[in-house]
Amino acid sequence: MWNYSDKVLEYFRNPKNMGECDNANAVGEVGSMACGDAMRLTMRIDPATERILDAKFKTFGCASAIASASVLTELIIGKTIDEALKVSNEDIARALGGLPAAKMHCSVLGHDAVIAAIDNYRGVKSAQHDMDEGKIICRCFAVTDKHIERVARENNLHTIDEVTNYTKAGGACKSCHMAIQDILDRIWREPAPCATPCAHPKPCCTTPAAT
Amino acid sequence: MTLIYADNNATTRVADEVVAAMLPFFTEAYSNPSSMYAFATCAKKAMEDARTQVAQLINAAQPDEIIFTSCGTESDNAAIFGVLDAQPNKNHVIMSAVEHPAVYNLTDALQRRGVRVTHLSVNREGIVDLEQLRAAINDKTALVSVMWANNETGVLSPIEEICRIAHERGVIVHTDAVQAVGKIPVDVQAVPVDLLALSGHKFHAPKGVGALYVKRGTRLRPFFVGGHQEHGRRAGTENVPSIVGLGAAAALARAFLQDEVTRVRAMRDRFEREILARVPHTRVNGHPVLRTPNTSSISFAYVEGEAILLSLSDAGICASSGSACTSGSLEPSHVLIAMGLSHAEAHGTVRFSFSRYTTDAEIEYMLEHIPPVIARLRAISPFYPG
Repeated sequence: MWNYSDKVLEYFRNPKNMGECDNANAVGEVGSMACGDAMRLTMRIDPATERILDAKFKTFGCASAIASASVLTELIIGKTIDEALKVSNEDIARALGGLPAAKMHCSVLGHDAVIAAIDNYRGVKSAQHDMDEGKIICRCFAVTDKHIERVARENNLHTIDEVTNYTKAGGACKSCHMAIQDILDRIWREPAPCATPCAHPKPCCTTPAAT
Repeated sequence: MTLIYADNNATTRVADEVVAAMLPFFTEAYSNPSSMYAFATCAKKAMEDARTQVAQLINAAQPDEIIFTSCGTESDNAAIFGVLDAQPNKNHVIMSAVEHPAVYNLTDALQRRGVRVTHLSVNREGIVDLEQLRAAINDKTALVSVMWANNETGVLSPIEEICRIAHERGVIVHTDAVQAVGKIPVDVQAVPVDLLALSGHKFHAPKGVGALYVKRGTRLRPFFVGGHQEHGRRAGTENVPSIVGLGAAAALARAFLQDEVTRVRAMRDRFEREILARVPHTRVNGHPVLRTPNTSSISFAYVEGEAILLSLSDAGICASSGSACTSGSLEPSHVLIAMGLSHAEAHGTVRFSFSRYTTDAEIEYMLEHIPPVIARLRAISPFYPG
């Protein structure tokens, strides 16, 4: 049985901002049907103020993926794109009254969609979209080392199970578990590069970045 | 509140007659059937009557070919490990790629013991490849274990052919018939399997009781070691009330078998025809004919199974899915993937399974409520072409 919060169920049953924005000038597509969830985020951004005037989503996925996408649109409408980039996956989960641990990847997908859409608006080829960069660690779900590293840092993940809950990496054939552990060992041994600040101040964000 | 139970491959409601048959064995005839005094004879006799009823359901030649167990999984484990342990000079097991976890997940445990495991492929319709079976058997093969009916799709295996091929080479055949018994005629003399697992709660007996058929002369080491129960083949005090329930359910299943293969099949066939007609981009999985009469595995393109199940649950409909999200794993059903479905198709697959308690009115209700659920989720899906 599902252990979803009432808010998740409410957003699943009556999603807000479902569909496609008219005159969208930012489109972010993340995930895939093969992996079990995917999201398309369209936004209309005022070029003068860089404020998000409208945002709409379409999602293929489970109830929590649909709810995460819907609540995300509410969280970012009215914000500037820089503010929207600071909406973390944790903020999405919190706005839903929490997500089951194994469903945290749904909130990560929402956060990734914002990054992808804003990259698209800026005409950057997904510079921050680390799913396309780095080395594939989990072949089952096509998750890269860079993505695992970023999500692990942002969410203070220390175990393989946590990484799986947030990124799906390691959730199928499990053959990448050693590689995931290697990443965790490395990042929690080294101080983090602070180019992108963590969602929550942790020692890694207060320690000067290693050069 | 409407409740339409369409998940009878997961479990079934216990028949009223079964409950009535069981009750005296909790508070009246509660003795240990192994005890010597006269008070124990009632429990002992009821248990032996149940053995006869189960034997009759599968047409076993002798009641003592039936060993009572705690569930289908125990029966499968006891069969596979028991047959291997009885043939210490052999180290190879053949199973299909679509086995239930009770068999499939033994692969790791077997490999750790140094047993080689061959998984036979199935075709797009879910039917196991007999040529692969012929090629896989060698003089180290201890056992072939292929399920009679698949739990997710209902697809029936060519068990008779499998027996012929294996027996020609002197190899023992076990079948997980948990999803077949009570739904289709199962006759272990016509289809000469050596071992067969069945589970009570799939045919209106309570949970926690099953049986293993062991053809006379089949060498089997006991899986549970302890007391002398079941002629030393399964230690542990017998669960008398549940065994009595299993017997009563077996007798009922024999009586209802005709209903299952006619009325239930007709309802299922109509359900599938209407869903395919009312919902575009939909397919039924598995062989069109060689399937249990109660099972319907349907793939709804562009939508995800867990979201479908939750919406169906909101409408009072209980079904299950091949989707990853509902299994606790992130990977979709190994059965559907083995049949060649894409991950996307597997993620959008729902299993409906009916029983003798399913009514035409319930089918009608489902046909009314399923299409709008799919339409709503497709409207949310970024992939639906419209």
